[in-house]
Amino acid sequence: METVPDENAESMTLIVFSDALDRALAAFNLANTGAAMGMRVDIFFTFWGLSVIKKGGMERGERSFMQWMMGLMKRGTPGRLKLSEMNMMGLGTGAMKGLMKKYRMPSLEESMALAREQGVRYIACTTSMAMMGLTEDDFIEVDEYAGAATYLSLASKGSVNLFI
Amino acid sequence: MEADRTIDCVGLYCPMPIVRTAQAIKEMEPGQVLELLADDPGVRSDMPAWAEKTGNEFLGIEEVGGEIKVYVRKAVS
Repeated sequence: METVPDENAESMTLIVFSDALDRALAAFNLANTGAAMGMRVDIFFTFWGLSVIKKGGMERGERSFMQWMMGLMKRGTPGRLKLSEMNMMGLGTGAMKGLMKKYRMPSLEESMALAREQGVRYIACTTSMAMMGLTEDDFIEVDEYAGAATYLSLASKGSVNLFI
Repeated sequence: MEADRTIDCVGLYCPMPIVRTAQAIKEMEPGQVLELLADDPGVRSDMPAWAEKTGNEFLGIEEVGGEIKVYVRKAVS
């Protein structure tokens, strides 16, 4: 899905560096609020943050053994992410998901779907992809595959730029 | 206060009341009034901030018990 940004809108950029569930939730909360406030929102996924938008495939493909192993340990997909604190072998993460459901807070998957509905754009860092042996086929919908200059060009026009 | 449309966000937390408001306003006609029902205390501050940012008019808040009613008029221009 390709989203067309409004060039005149005020803009916000987020760098999602981490694959922690709690950080991803915070990032998408801000992305959804910014989009609802009429802002253009671009999220740059880099390093472990790429896990948030991975499809979670396990096949080796063209990857080196090291890259493949790294991919198996960091399979990604929103549903597999863990809390940065109190994960407790998954018990803490499960408890947090239960609490969020109880209080009718959107899951990460729901927040991501909402973000796309609202036109939030995804950019995947090609340097991190190369290091991890990932290709465009490893990701869900991404608007742009790019590097730091693309991020900085957007960030220099943005009024809110955060590293999460 | 008379409203053209009401959305019920009771039991929902940030950012859902704001997102639902933005979606509802998009579907409404300029000058129409939206009523938001909520119980997250954050909306008291978040709704005026949203309205200011988006150019819509924040009309005020009424509170009865734990229920918060927020009124916003869709921008005419």
